[in-house]
Amino acid sequence: MSAPFEPDILMLLAIGIPFAAAALIPLFHCWPNLRELVTLTAAAALAAVVWCLVGPVLDGVRLERHLMEIVPGFVLAFAIEPLGMLFALVAGSLWLVNSIYSIGYMRANGEPRQTSYYVCFAVALGATMGIAFAKNLVTLFLFYELLTLSTYPLVVHKANEEAIRAGRTYLVLLLGSSMVLLLPAIFATWLLAGTTDFRAGGILPAELSGTLMAALLALYVFGIGKAAVMPLHFWLPAAMVAPTPVSALLHAVAVVKAGVFSILKVIVAVFGVERLASSGAATWLVWVAGFTVITASLIALRQDNLKKRLAYSTVSQLSYVILAAAILTPISVIGAALHIAAHAVAKITLFFCAGAIYTAAHKTEVSELDCIGYRMPWTMAAFAVGALGMIGLPPTAGFLGKWFILSGATQTDQWVPVAVIILSTVLNAGYFLPIVVRAFFPAAELRAHAAGAAVARHTHEAEHGEAPWPMVLALLATAVATLVLFFVPDIPLGLSNAMLVR
Amino acid sequence: MRAIMPHLPALQVVVPLIGALLSALLRRGTTAWALALLVSWTMPLIAASLLLQVLTSGPTSYHLGGWAPPWGIEYRVDLLNAFILLLVSGVAAVMMPFARRSVAAEVDQDKQSWFYSMYLLCLAGLLGITVTGDAFNIFVFLEISSLSTYVLIALGRDRRALVAAYQYLIMGTIGATFYVIGIGLLYLVTGSLNILDIAERLGPAAAQSSRPILAALAFLTVGISLKLALFPLHVWLPNAYAYAPSFATAFLAATATKVAIYVLLRLFFSVFGIAISFEHLPVSEVMLALSVAAMFIASLLAIFEQNVKRMLAYSSLGQIGYITLGISLANEAGLTGGIVHLFNHAVMKAALFLVLGAIVFRIGSVKLADLAGIGRRMPLTMAAFVIAGLAIIGAPGTAGFISKWYLAVGAFQKGWWPLVFLILASSMLAVVYIGRVVEVAWFREPSGLAEKAKDPPLSMLLPVLVLAIATIYFGFDTQASAGIASQAAHALLAGIK
Repeated sequence: MSAPFEPDILMLLAIGIPFAAAALIPLFHCWPNLRELVTLTAAAALAAVVWCLVGPVLDGVRLERHLMEIVPGFVLAFAIEPLGMLFALVAGSLWLVNSIYSIGYMRANGEPRQTSYYVCFAVALGATMGIAFAKNLVTLFLFYELLTLSTYPLVVHKANEEAIRAGRTYLVLLLGSSMVLLLPAIFATWLLAGTTDFRAGGILPAELSGTLMAALLALYVFGIGKAAVMPLHFWLPAAMVAPTPVSALLHAVAVVKAGVFSILKVIVAVFGVERLASSGAATWLVWVAGFTVITASLIALRQDNLKKRLAYSTVSQLSYVILAAAILTPISVIGAALHIAAHAVAKITLFFCAGAIYTAAHKTEVSELDCIGYRMPWTMAAFAVGALGMIGLPPTAGFLGKWFILSGATQTDQWVPVAVIILSTVLNAGYFLPIVVRAFFPAAELRAHAAGAAVARHTHEAEHGEAPWPMVLALLATAVATLVLFFVPDIPLGLSNAMLVR
Repeated sequence: MRAIMPHLPALQVVVPLIGALLSALLRRGTTAWALALLVSWTMPLIAASLLLQVLTSGPTSYHLGGWAPPWGIEYRVDLLNAFILLLVSGVAAVMMPFARRSVAAEVDQDKQSWFYSMYLLCLAGLLGITVTGDAFNIFVFLEISSLSTYVLIALGRDRRALVAAYQYLIMGTIGATFYVIGIGLLYLVTGSLNILDIAERLGPAAAQSSRPILAALAFLTVGISLKLALFPLHVWLPNAYAYAPSFATAFLAATATKVAIYVLLRLFFSVFGIAISFEHLPVSEVMLALSVAAMFIASLLAIFEQNVKRMLAYSSLGQIGYITLGISLANEAGLTGGIVHLFNHAVMKAALFLVLGAIVFRIGSVKLADLAGIGRRMPLTMAAFVIAGLAIIGAPGTAGFISKWYLAVGAFQKGWWPLVFLILASSMLAVVYIGRVVEVAWFREPSGLAEKAKDPPLSMLLPVLVLAIATIYFGFDTQASAGIASQAAHALLAGIK
């Protein structure tokens, strides 16, 4: 690569571009088209930058950039390693798709305060990149908190009583868990290990007892509230009051993945997979994650509100990643990383569809979706793909992650995770397939009604077709990505494999 | 220039003193303001050159009137008080441009020059307390600053300001009396009033820690704790802050309690030394308990307060709790945390109170309900509130996080795990009371008073923004704050050199 595009410059660019966009967007407050152009340009640039970085990282290039030591122990430093690269790649690429979708959504729904919306979105993306490329726990913590703070205004965007209440839950749970549990955990790690740098294989001293490790792990798992391990999951369903693009990118990809990414990274690069496995300090985590997977699915089954159902599905799917990490075999950890990517594209598709349905048909409940497949065929086809991805059926990316997790569990004879995954697959099918069935194959009398409606399309005032084209384009793109990832998983697989190499 | 340099310590006090006198003679508020501005902008220059002197060539001593200590009054500048001098004068200098319009709007026309006169007198008193090396001289300046503070508070148009000032007068006088009793006892034992001299003479006596010395310690601690509003000796503070003119509140909140804390540090570490302060009486235990109580109880009171200015006053009490917590930890990290929080809190509270000053200037109210939607009308001002509020919470990337980092490390090093959780849990209370204002200001529809508000004029906006940006700046570049604080803490713990 040519000189001005040295990878470490690219890494800093990846973090800097969203922040630069956040600074520029308010200047174009009065010219919405230019303002959106800033967002799109920044998103495209970020996507280009992260794709440029993948090659070198797959080739084994590892970079780090030490920025400054703020106070002893608090060092601001960035580094690229495969897992962070994978996370950055997912979030960075999806920001572009999401921006296109956002513009369609925000304009079609006439949302207020769009300038601050795009500013907060850009800051959130910058924070996500910071998390992905953090070299140590403290840098990660800095951007982790920034991500919480920058997404809070997005959650409260509607500014009604419900949104404000949801914002409180969001802020108190996320800030509270991170300040009261995560920060002490980071302190303890620093004082025990003398560093907070991530290092494959772990940094904790060898003489640390199993009990202390289990306690520290608990501080991390519950301190990283973004991973939504029960009982710290309440913020996620509450956050669904946000505009759908926010739920799609931030509360299905950036924020929640930042949570599981952080936990995964702590397990791999602070504790070390082998050390945790030999000490038995993570056995409880299998149960906690398994409980979350099943319980969240059961709750999702009972949700009529589409976004709430998706949110509980996210809670459940996030704990797949934690479950996979807690199995503590190399293969399952690879599965965990793969699942981060696979769930991201599938879940963002589902949210895009939910937003498209809301925009075109003003429907939010599952029970209202009869026959909607006739009116919005593209959207609901994409929804079906996303649903398959959630269930984990081929030919979608969701299958890969589950496959690796299952092989990891069976190899080491851990039957609890196996049972959890099988049961939850059934449950996933139980709450996603009915939506697809409802949309395309309703009961006979409804179908007749739908046919009639299709004929008399322009007479009814409630008639609608697809959502605006930017939204449809975006949701098709992510649906295709969900399929493509199944056939060509080289990049995520390569990065996941490289993650465990010391 | 060369002729002035040796007299800088004296000028630090004399210039504002003369300024106060001149200001009292002026009739027009604006002229008095210009004079106060000139003085306020000179002060940090003096303080900065003093700090540079100390950093390059160690503590300096200035003999007032040429009388050698311990008989004459000595102005002694070391790292700690040079740092405090720069803090007090620096914050005052940044805030001063804000004063013109704010004071013009909140203080009667004929009393404005008095206001600036009292402000300069108060500044002289605070700088005097900090610069002097004489225990009785501290008392004199303490009275100068207190008396002028009572007037500053009473100049508020709200009638309740009079009661608040009176309340403070009573409490402040009790505090000052206790202080004098303590100094008197020390004088009886050592025969000296010079801090350095007292410390040296106490040296041999420290071993047996005679009763008068311990009594002196007790009187001094309680007296100063009244001035710095240590829980539960804080009752004067919320009303005084709530009803004083906005500028006075911001100035006092940023400086007055900080200087009192400085005196406490001096007493504990320079006069008595750790041996007496913390070993013969349960000072550190009591202070630790009171600090934690302040962190929680004051913050809880802030949560239920409807007047935002009073809410911030309660928040100050809680934040003072962090500072005294650092003192009671009495190890290097903890003490650094205390001193750096003294600095950081001054900056962020100044920003927050100035924001309220700007709001008063625009809508004449600081009731929470009246602030509905004001963020959309005064976006820059309220953005400053959010930033400084995040610093109060201690979010990483702000100055507040640096303080908490050191405090938590200090607690860890003592092996007090639960305290770490308490420090961090109490910041969640700050999330609630700051969040409450943010929620109302940004996510409610503008109504009533807030409907027609807009950002204040540049002379008010600029100080607010500078202070808000400073809270972020000092969250990253800690050379000037934590760097000096940790050196000062090191020197304090090493004892008298």
